[in-house]
Amino acid sequence: MSGVPLSWYLILSAVLFSLGIAGFLFRKNIITIFMSIELMLNAVNLSFIAFSYELKQVNGHIFAFFVMVVAAAEAAVGLAIILTVFKNRSTLNVDEVNSMKY
Amino acid sequence: MQHLWLIPTLPFVGFLVNGIFGRRFSKTVISAIAIGSVALSFAWALKVVLALGDTPFLERYFDWIVAGGLHIGCDFAVDRLTAVMLLVVTGVGSLIHVYSVGYMAHEGGYYRFFAYLNLFMFFMLTLVLAANYLLLFVGWEGVGLCSYLLIGFWFLKRSATNAGNKAFIVNRIGDFGFSLAMLLIVVHFGSLDFATVFPAAASKPAGVLTTIALLLLVGACGKSAQFPLYVWLPDAMEGPTPVSALIHAATMVTAGVYMVARSFPIYVRAPEAMELVAYIGLFTAAFAATIGLVQNDIKKVFAYSTVSQLGYMFLGVGTGAFSAGIYHLVTHAFFKALLFLGAGSVIHAVAGEQDMRQMGGLRKMIPVTFWTIFCAGLAISGVPPTSGFFSKDSILVASYHHAPWMFWVGVITAAMTAFYVFRAIFMTFFGEYRGHHHPHESPRSMTIPLAALALLSLAGGYFNIPTWLGKFFPAVEEPENFTLVAISVIAGLAGIGLAYVMYVARPALADSLSLRFGALYRLVYNKYFVDEIYDAAVVKPVVGGSRAVLWHGIDTGVIDGAVNGIGARSRDIGGWLKLIQSGSIRSYATWVLFGSVILMVALSLVGAAR
Repeated sequence: MSGVPLSWYLILSAVLFSLGIAGFLFRKNIITIFMSIELMLNAVNLSFIAFSYELKQVNGHIFAFFVMVVAAAEAAVGLAIILTVFKNRSTLNVDEVNSMKY
Repeated sequence: MQHLWLIPTLPFVGFLVNGIFGRRFSKTVISAIAIGSVALSFAWALKVVLALGDTPFLERYFDWIVAGGLHIGCDFAVDRLTAVMLLVVTGVGSLIHVYSVGYMAHEGGYYRFFAYLNLFMFFMLTLVLAANYLLLFVGWEGVGLCSYLLIGFWFLKRSATNAGNKAFIVNRIGDFGFSLAMLLIVVHFGSLDFATVFPAAASKPAGVLTTIALLLLVGACGKSAQFPLYVWLPDAMEGPTPVSALIHAATMVTAGVYMVARSFPIYVRAPEAMELVAYIGLFTAAFAATIGLVQNDIKKVFAYSTVSQLGYMFLGVGTGAFSAGIYHLVTHAFFKALLFLGAGSVIHAVAGEQDMRQMGGLRKMIPVTFWTIFCAGLAISGVPPTSGFFSKDSILVASYHHAPWMFWVGVITAAMTAFYVFRAIFMTFFGEYRGHHHPHESPRSMTIPLAALALLSLAGGYFNIPTWLGKFFPAVEEPENFTLVAISVIAGLAGIGLAYVMYVARPALADSLSLRFGALYRLVYNKYFVDEIYDAAVVKPVVGGSRAVLWHGIDTGVIDGAVNGIGARSRDIGGWLKLIQSGSIRSYATWVLFGSVILMVALSLVGAAR
């Protein structure tokens, strides 16, 4: 099977993942952080699928579906939390949502 | 099969029924169960003893402990020695149960009292029936437990609970010796069965036998209240009077004598230990008798008298006259139980007063009690032909053949015995009544046992126990010696006469003598300050040491210190770990990233190393 080699997929996955990390670490808006998490999850999904395709095994597909289900659930819960936070504090700046500390 | 197990089991059933359901029963039902179980036990014991020939009964029920080569069974045996003990324990026990019905009629915890009393009978019968040392020890500890429970029967009274503790703790010292003796027996004989140990004793080295005998003697001294472990017995009089009669006069305290007599094959091969038994017995007899001379509490007089008479029994077994020692054990069970029950009847009559200075003149008010105590007094003084005359003289004659000076000390003690017992009788029953109550004679349930014991005290000498035990113990040469007998009888009568002169004919004489010899009087009256010496020499250092070293040093310092130290360090570590929790999500995320990177680096290093 000719075409795109595995390493390209993995490099793309790593780039996407790193972008996710960077977004998570450096952005202040909670929704953006949330989107960065989604980006990281999908980067991982990409490498799962790539490996699965390369190794001709179905495990990676199954894992990817799991990740998508978890991501969906997480989106539901996460967005609800974000809504509540905004309702209570009138801000989505993550640095101002810091009352959970010693 | 003689079904020996029935003898202890019957009182045990009585204990279970009364102990569990007694609270709901009426006093009549409780008494019927308690007396019935002991009386049936007596009847069965009598049947067994009547069937007993020259060969002992031995019944093996089940293996109790099997460890390597050591087999310890739950075995009961009845030989002639056990037969004597069985009849004394169940017989005197039955009478005292009957007496208790009257004595305890107005007391709280009626069912509890009889449950404990039945439990005591169970353990005492286990003790005498046991065919090995360990089962004997079970009974030995069990009677100690019951003694503790019954001394502290009135547990709201501080002095009673203290006396119970004292009895229990002092007995632990003795039990320590007994346990070591058992371990030595296991090491050297490989068995605890009497039937295995005693025939093998002949072939063992004398040093081993002497050590075992001495350790057994420590146990016997604790249980039978011999010097220096006698101190618990006078205090044990805090318990109800039937308890003093049954446990602390007639049966339990004689367990030590029984045990030494039972172990005679060991003792006869350990002459030094035998000698020590005799010395301890003689010293205790004389020592306790002097204390008894000046006590004013009627039960204390009889308590010291018990210590003294137990000393006689030790003198008997220590001089090799085992059957004489057991003979005195039996007659003493009769007359000392009678003295205590009589004292109980007196105390009952004068509404709880125990001080003889508050009594007097009771002879006409409670005649049955007076006459029965008088019989017991004659018996303990060794006046012929009462039971005490026969048993005490056989001990004294044996001690004369062992060492004449022992005989003379014994005779002086006999004179003192007669003196203090009749001093008590004269102070209680003669002269003018000095108390404030209206004395009344005790109910029939009390006077009938008194009368039965009086009969036994007078006629007990005709149970020819030395002949019955003759085949059992090694024979001792005891030629009839009329002079010795006459001397001891005269000593007894002289004691009685002196008591009569000092407390009836010329009552002022006693007071003037106590004033004249003030220092000596106070020394003896305060029991030679032995309790105080023990307190200073043993109790205070143990309590102080426990407080300073064990409590403040080890418990507070080491154990609490370790636990609290671990707690405090955890708190410190937590104190600076908590700073990580900043509340900033991005700082957490950085930590996660940091951790993941470290993990990846580590894993790749491990992978590279492979």
